[in-house]
Amino acid sequence: MKDAIHITTPLTDKVCRSLKAGDPVLLSGEVYTARDVAHRRLHEAIGKGKALPLDIKGKIIFYAAPTPARPGRVIGSIGPTTGSRMDACTPELLRMGLKGMIGKGKRSPEVIEAVKKYGAVYFGAPGGVAALMARHIRRADVVAYEDLGPEAIMRLEVSEMPLVVLTDTCGRDLYENVRGVMKSPKILK
Amino acid sequence: MNPFRKISCKIISETVKKLFIEANTELGKDVLSALRRARRTEGSERAGHALGQIEKNARIALKEKTALCQDTGLAVVFAEVGQDVHVVDGDLNEAIQEGVRQAYGEGFFRKSVCDPLTRKNTGDNTPAVIHTEIVPGDRIRITVMPKGGGSENASSLHMLLPTAGTEGIKKAVVGSVDKAGPNPCPPVIVGVGIGGSMDRASILAKKALLRPLDRRQSDTRLAKMEREILADINRLGIGPQGYGGKTTALAVHVVMEPCHIASLPVAVNIQCHAARHKFAVI
Repeated sequence: MKDAIHITTPLTDKVCRSLKAGDPVLLSGEVYTARDVAHRRLHEAIGKGKALPLDIKGKIIFYAAPTPARPGRVIGSIGPTTGSRMDACTPELLRMGLKGMIGKGKRSPEVIEAVKKYGAVYFGAPGGVAALMARHIRRADVVAYEDLGPEAIMRLEVSEMPLVVLTDTCGRDLYENVRGVMKSPKILK
Repeated sequence: MNPFRKISCKIISETVKKLFIEANTELGKDVLSALRRARRTEGSERAGHALGQIEKNARIALKEKTALCQDTGLAVVFAEVGQDVHVVDGDLNEAIQEGVRQAYGEGFFRKSVCDPLTRKNTGDNTPAVIHTEIVPGDRIRITVMPKGGGSENASSLHMLLPTAGTEGIKKAVVGSVDKAGPNPCPPVIVGVGIGGSMDRASILAKKALLRPLDRRQSDTRLAKMEREILADINRLGIGPQGYGGKTTALAVHVVMEPCHIASLPVAVNIQCHAARHKFAVI
């Protein structure tokens, strides 16, 4: 396995273009959590021409909703949720300048096309290792949609968060690449 | 003499609370050994690394008494109530809900239950899904299972043709895992419920997930089916976290019951690698 590439936000076009599907990455800087309902609200706000609660340009969205922080802790356990549930809203966010997404799971062809078109990156965070991931969060503040509880938009400061590039700026996809390696079982033919 | 054994709702709530706290923070030894075994056989470095992260996470969660996964699940409870038990000091279902409420509050677990239409969070992770069965005896066996949304979303029900046979069943199960790909956080455990009605098959599939990974299937026909399905699933190449590899599933567990002559219901309940369940007998 390649050595992990250290990257820091904001994500520049140059950094995005240098990453390839399958690259291990250690991300430091600023990311924003948002998942199902937050995306629906962002989508509705865009539709009505209203201002968004955060400037999406150059940002990274982490599809996540952590457990509550114990007293004295920055955050509880945190990890990615399935990105495909956000597919419908993603191309418009990418068009508005969203530069990165952190999640898990496959994306639609429309999202992969938009990732390519706008030179963004879809990162994978390991699923179900949320106690470990929490160690990479230095600060967490709710910045919008507080009424959504765990689904609120939070600004996170992360340090060397271990990620993998799932979809790169050329539209290459790690999940697709690995599937071709083994011979599909006969039963599915 | 009163033939009934009294069990207080307070004890039931306390038991449910304790079990959910344990389940969400302590990964079973059977799962840990299966992960270790898989790590030894994985050829790819990326797959080995992903499995190692899961083991490391389990150590941290246990030490810090913190949730293994941020998705602390929909609370599923199986209550096998002895017919000679008299539940006192309240209502059995409410006692279970209260245990869930306390576990998710005191354990600092995420509340992941909401109104299906407004999506407004209920705030305390209730209601739990409770499956109650009346069984012989004077005890209550409570099994809790915090079930994550990602793997539940990858689950499916197949009302097959009655003559689809073993091949049809295998195709449905392997096809479900193939379609789910990386989404349900592999390596997964696949629960398969065969027979009964559409609802019964789904419950059987969920119960199949409760079997410890180190306990063998006692039915030789089903043991063969489990082995063959597992081998096919691990040929899909999805691998740990979907990053490629030989370990897409740690196990396939089948539970079967007779069904209608016109039907062959097959339910596939997928469980992520954070396979969390604990039980107690009171």
